[in-house]
Amino acid sequence: MILAIGVNTQLSGLSDKLIYSAMFVYALAMFAHMFEWTFGSKGGVARRSAEQASLAAAAAQVSVTEQVRAAKEAKAAKKVTVTVASADGGTTTLTRTALAGEGAIVVTSGRGEEREIDGPGAAGTSEKGDLAGRIAISLTILGFACNFGGVLLRGLSVMRFPWGNMYEFSCAFGVTMIGTYLLLLALGKPVRWMGLPAVVAATLTLGLATTVLYTADEQLVPALHSYWLGIHVTTAIICGGAFYAAFASTALYLGREAYDKRLAAGLPGGPFRTSASVWERLPATATLDKLSYRINALVFPLWTFTIIAGAIWAESAWGKYWEWDPKETWSFITWVVYACYLHARATAGWRGRKAGYLALLAFACFLFNYYGVNIFITGKHSYAGVG
Amino acid sequence: MSDTDLKATPGNGQPPADEASAERLTSAPVESEAPTGIGVFGWLRWTWRQLTSMRVALILLFLLSVAAIPGSLIPQTAENAFQVQTWQAAHKDLTPIYQKLQLFNVYSSVWFSAIYILLFVSLAGCIIPRTWQFVGVLRAKPPAAPANLTRMPVYAAWHTDADPATAVAAAQRLLRRRRFRVHGSGSAVAGEKGYLREVGNLLFHLSLFALLAGFAWASLASGTGGKLVIEGDGYTNTLTQMDDFNGSAFYGPNDLDPFGFHLDNFTATYQLTGDQMGQPRTFDANVHYWTGSDPTRTKGGVISVNHPLEIGGSKVFLIGHGYAPVITVKDGSGKVVYHDAVPFLPQDPNLTSTGVVKVGDYGQKDGKKVQLGFSGFFLPTAPDSFGPTTGPRSLFPGDANPAMVLTAYEGDLGTDSGVPQNIYQLDLSHLTQLQQDGQPARTKLTPGQGWTLPDGYGSISFDGYKQWASFSVSHRPGNTVALTGAMLAILGLIGSLLVQRRRIWVRAVTTPDGRTLVELAGLARSESAKIAEELADLAVDLQDDAPALDEPEEPEETDASGASAEPDEPDGPSESAAPDTPADATPSAPETKE
Ligand code: HEM
Repeated sequence: MILAIGVNTQLSGLSDKLIYSAMFVYALAMFAHMFEWTFGSKGGVARRSAEQASLAAAAAQVSVTEQVRAAKEAKAAKKVTVTVASADGGTTTLTRTALAGEGAIVVTSGRGEEREIDGPGAAGTSEKGDLAGRIAISLTILGFACNFGGVLLRGLSVMRFPWGNMYEFSCAFGVTMIGTYLLLLALGKPVRWMGLPAVVAATLTLGLATTVLYTADEQLVPALHSYWLGIHVTTAIICGGAFYAAFASTALYLGREAYDKRLAAGLPGGPFRTSASVWERLPATATLDKLSYRINALVFPLWTFTIIAGAIWAESAWGKYWEWDPKETWSFITWVVYACYLHARATAGWRGRKAGYLALLAFACFLFNYYGVNIFITGKHSYAGVG
Repeated sequence: MSDTDLKATPGNGQPPADEASAERLTSAPVESEAPTGIGVFGWLRWTWRQLTSMRVALILLFLLSVAAIPGSLIPQTAENAFQVQTWQAAHKDLTPIYQKLQLFNVYSSVWFSAIYILLFVSLAGCIIPRTWQFVGVLRAKPPAAPANLTRMPVYAAWHTDADPATAVAAAQRLLRRRRFRVHGSGSAVAGEKGYLREVGNLLFHLSLFALLAGFAWASLASGTGGKLVIEGDGYTNTLTQMDDFNGSAFYGPNDLDPFGFHLDNFTATYQLTGDQMGQPRTFDANVHYWTGSDPTRTKGGVISVNHPLEIGGSKVFLIGHGYAPVITVKDGSGKVVYHDAVPFLPQDPNLTSTGVVKVGDYGQKDGKKVQLGFSGFFLPTAPDSFGPTTGPRSLFPGDANPAMVLTAYEGDLGTDSGVPQNIYQLDLSHLTQLQQDGQPARTKLTPGQGWTLPDGYGSISFDGYKQWASFSVSHRPGNTVALTGAMLAILGLIGSLLVQRRRIWVRAVTTPDGRTLVELAGLARSESAKIAEELADLAVDLQDDAPALDEPEEPEETDASGASAEPDEPDGPSESAAPDTPADATPSAPETKE
């Protein structure tokens, strides 16, 4: 990489091209996901009478292969049926079976309220939809590779962590947002529904980055010459990506919850005049809620660390740990609202919907801290390279 | 969702007492509804309970976040007093109201303090009892299996030929191997795991106190001073040498750490090309410093932005820099009446700097005592000519084309009045501007040039310039305490949020038909889907010792599980549970056996 210093304009030019390509590919993925949702609504779970069957199919789809294997080996397997009561006010029990020697846990059946069961996903039962979804995921992976490459080359072109201004944060933010989603997908979590929100956000973020926030590759002001840049800002960006995933999950949880309520009250369609079929294809409220809680809970300690690292850095750069600079203040506010959310989940009368609103509010604070404070409020942190 | 409430749905009657204690997986306070007891004491107790409840903690936390907002939108005195003055000048009508509401000092205001003090009182009232309670939990055995295991959220059962004692012993062994804390009693085993969750939670909340203690200590025993030093000058850490000093109860002017340093030179580099031309890239202050009272034994060092110098209990931070033109003033007779480097203060990123020269010892002119004052600009990179409206503006922060622009005043500077003066401003009330050709006299000088003042006042020359750097000298104990608190808080959070506390019970009893019924039940916070898998794994392992029998028909017990689940969930459409329970809860009974 010694050479890289010499050719930095070439590298950064390439980096810019990669970021543009990433944006373009994410946009394509977005269209593919839109097709997936559209096809899904036609081919899929149009009527409740058909639901039972399709849900069973969906449940089976989760682990078709294992089930086939399970059936074959059932004779030789030790099999245990575990009844799980859903604690979310529902009455569902899921049955899980453990196969000896396989280590595989297979969901064999669900019963009772359909609403407790995860929907079939964006594509519904449509094969075309499924194909579109698969294409979308492939495109997302390609976009991610470009995005990652763009950030990496930017870093190589300046030989420092490539997050010294808002353009650079935004590109890195794209990486962590899509990265979180792809990671969840790779871990086998049922998050295909997250594809659309993820690529929409990534496209917008990169779009904003390349148009409004673009900053040429340069070295940094002295305050940023610190390894704390690597620590504090890196964790902040990772938190951002993960908080976004949790946000998407919470928002859809609230939507699906509203839909379920409408359904119970006999009202047609989803909230805000959305089509019922969208909500039916999403995972159950309990699943979405759990996912958002898990992500938030996982990220909260990291966010705490980010703030503490920021304070340590502030001390070495400005001589004071904490000065209630707007950026510090809003990080603190974000932290407290996330703590509120975690408390709400442990407090009777607040879990569920109300806690969900708190999670949305917390993410709004995070976003405001990122865009609002950098652009509208001047403080010591105003080296973001805008305005 | 809190474990406490997994089943505690009121309405269809409370669960039996054994379940209530078995299901309590946290030492979180139980919410109280109404005053207990009567009279003042009852109300006091109720108020205290409310204050230490989760709900109030939640509300206080929320209030804290809301209360922090105004401080980020309104300029704060502690952060930038100058900005506050500008703001107040621009909002004359709002200022008194804001001042009443302490909106210029939000973070030290009565209302902000009230919120966080209440929060910490609430925290103490919640956490300290919880800690004792948890110690009690650790001393006690895991709670015994409730009579009706089917009511637990995760449940499995099968019949076997093995005898109950074998099954129970095997379960005990398996649970131990999984590092559960195990307690066997006759036909049942109780196991519990994941105490780190509670430990982490307590650690987290307690370390918030450590953090607070660190801050409190710091605010009682720290002090910060500021000093602007010109290249070639020195600084000794005493009150007389400081430009300003903020002490505290236990760190006053007499407690200043003894040390000093000499600023050899200051270097700054800037971006030379591109969009970001003029952006600073490096600032370094090269110093020689000493500790104690012997200024001859010095060591060399560099103070730069992210690298403060630590000397004798204090830290010296580089916080600003600028230029100090060297100026000589001669009186009408050619006698030197002033010679010094005068720090000018930067006004913009290109270091357009303003400053004043106060010649207090000018002496007499025409038999009258006279003082001279100059005010003007220093431009490190001056343009060839200034526009009439923009005034002198530097083009670049480096000294590519330095120049000064000066105007002159004569009269009384007001320095002898005893009232402390701002050294960077002229008090114009007793000064008159020198005129030339009916215009205010004004000149532009480059280094080495001089200016002959009108009306025989003598001359001023711009000999050259030096750079200055400003430092903040800070003595701040309590950092280690706060930092340790913060680190423990993170550790605690990790334990609290990532570890699941859970219980598993295994019971084996002989049924009337002579077989053995093995029942497993598990309980965890509902965030954990893993408990089902954990139970399934355990059950599979347990079948090595207690193999399942072919079920000729539906076992009664599983049926009961479906039925008994209902009363707990009165709001669910329960008809869906009952009819299809047997078929679904124990599917494919025939293929169960090997
Ligand atoms: C002042 C009174 C406070 C009380 C009574 C309180 C109480 C509690 C309790 C009981 C839990 C555990 C819930 C459970 O185990 O299910 C908890 C969790 C937590 N508390 Fe507090 N807390 C207080 C203050 C704070 C403060 C000031 C913060 C930080 C801003 C905070 C942050 C947290 C976090 C992050 C959790 C983890 C949530 C979880 O386990 O799901 N708490 N708190």
